[in-house]
Amino acid sequence: MATEQPMTESKSSSTTGGKLATTAPVPAPRPSMIEGLMSAPVVFTVEALDVFYGAYKAVRGVELAIRKNQITAFIGPSGCGKTTVLRCLNRMNDLIPGARVSGKVLYHGIDLYGPDVSATEVRRRIGMVFQKPNPFPKSIYDNVAYGPRINGIRDKAKLDEIVEKSLRSAALWDEVKDRLKHSALGMSGGQQQRLCIARTIAVEPEVVLMDEPCSALDPIATARVEDLMRELKQHFTIVIVTHNMQQAARVSDFTAFFTAELDTAGQRFGQLVEFDVTARIFSNPKEQRTENYITGRFG
Amino acid sequence: MSLGGELTRAFDLRPKRSWRGVKSNLMTVLMAAAVGLIAIPLVLVMVSVFSKGGAILFHDFPSFLTADIPPVRKAGPGMGPAVIGTLIITGTATLIAVPLGVLGAIFLNEYGGASKFARLVRFMAMVMTGVPSIVMGLFIYVVWTMHFHLQAFGGALALACLMLPIVINASEQMLRLVPNSLREASFALGATKARTVLTVVLPAAGSGIVSGSLLAVARAAGETAPLLFTIGAARTINTALFTDENTALSARIFENAKEAVVNAQDRGWGAALALVLLAFSLTVIARVVTAYATKVRK
Repeated sequence: MATEQPMTESKSSSTTGGKLATTAPVPAPRPSMIEGLMSAPVVFTVEALDVFYGAYKAVRGVELAIRKNQITAFIGPSGCGKTTVLRCLNRMNDLIPGARVSGKVLYHGIDLYGPDVSATEVRRRIGMVFQKPNPFPKSIYDNVAYGPRINGIRDKAKLDEIVEKSLRSAALWDEVKDRLKHSALGMSGGQQQRLCIARTIAVEPEVVLMDEPCSALDPIATARVEDLMRELKQHFTIVIVTHNMQQAARVSDFTAFFTAELDTAGQRFGQLVEFDVTARIFSNPKEQRTENYITGRFG
Repeated sequence: MSLGGELTRAFDLRPKRSWRGVKSNLMTVLMAAAVGLIAIPLVLVMVSVFSKGGAILFHDFPSFLTADIPPVRKAGPGMGPAVIGTLIITGTATLIAVPLGVLGAIFLNEYGGASKFARLVRFMAMVMTGVPSIVMGLFIYVVWTMHFHLQAFGGALALACLMLPIVINASEQMLRLVPNSLREASFALGATKARTVLTVVLPAAGSGIVSGSLLAVARAAGETAPLLFTIGAARTINTALFTDENTALSARIFENAKEAVVNAQDRGWGAALALVLLAFSLTVIARVVTAYATKVRK
């Protein structure tokens, strides 16, 4: 792999080039740009977060701040805890038997794991898109209308409006407007994933969490989803987990780099190594381990 | 010699004659023979039921299925009370067993998980599958019939006991097949557990649950033992669930086959064919529902 700075530049322009490209590649880190990113209000503050599966402490000591209308990427090798941390941000880990956390996940100052917090209410504000497209075995329309219906919207005209708006936002409307009543399972993988994004944004969450949203997609579908993310960040705060460093470099404003380490007892655990503005992580990382990873020396 | 020159045979890829090949052929023949053996009783049962039952059933076509049961020695049609009885008793049993069984399966798979209580219930359901049906009949005789006399509802209770474990097991299997990613997708949209189960999990498992339940119904419709001491033996159509004795096709087959009178035996064969056709149509419905539902899901 080439040296860091040109690498991010060229990767960005080559993969999002042509008519799919909507935004400029990751620019060099200028102090004014970093200041601009840092001035965005904080949505999440993660403080001393440990995650346990049963007695096993899988992730240790994570500290993060996620900012409004920015894309924050979690990168790192397999087993480094990036997905685990992501799933703490909307309490999806509650669904895994034996999973618990210590430390704080503050959402606008409210501890999500506090005593008076309902996971259901949390998830209405913090949506999630999963690794594998998982549309319901229902029609395209019913998939998108599912969330609004949960929130008590019954009016047909209102639902129609939300469905159209969400599908347009997910850049899917023109492809499916004539077959809204068809099963969502008849769509291609890339369409299904964009449908899942439409379904998530139909409830107008503040935050959209994406767990490797492109890992099951081909490069063209990936490029479309990445373009979509850049559009969506006007309205939503996005946190994305990705295996793919180039993807993080292409789309994100902030990057958190995780690794898997062995503790003295020989147990593997995930750890946050470095969290910074993406341009700085990819050009001038503070930690040697980050540099090794992004230059391809390991992982 | 051909234009391309001599072909040299570098490898010998022809099949080799070996002991392994002989064994393979032998086993193929044995398996084909086993299939043939299995088919013999099936075909014979079908042939005798259709030939003997068809003669009487189609001789008086709709009236055999609607007329009252004549005195034993008299010739002629009449299995109406048994047809109605089977429909009422099996239908009531279905109304009891299917909702209970599906709710039980939802508890086991969605709520109970690996808890002690859920494991106990799952184990009991498994044990209940193996309980002989006559024991179910005896149980209902003691707890119900002895207090409330012979009636259709007692039979329905006995059949429901029999269907319950089948419905629970089939439904739980189907719920288990619903991918967890669908539940997660629903939760991630802020759905409650109840809503997720009702609007995502149940519809996804629906076709399987329907066909599993219909197979349980078909099985119950053919059961005789649980009805022997719970419903009595009516000769006229009784549509009441809780009053007076009733009868069913399976019970009529049993009673008529015991008679030394040919006329009664013939009616027994007719009843047998009627029952086979009933169970057959239920199975066909189950298949069609499943096929239709899987087509929609693709």
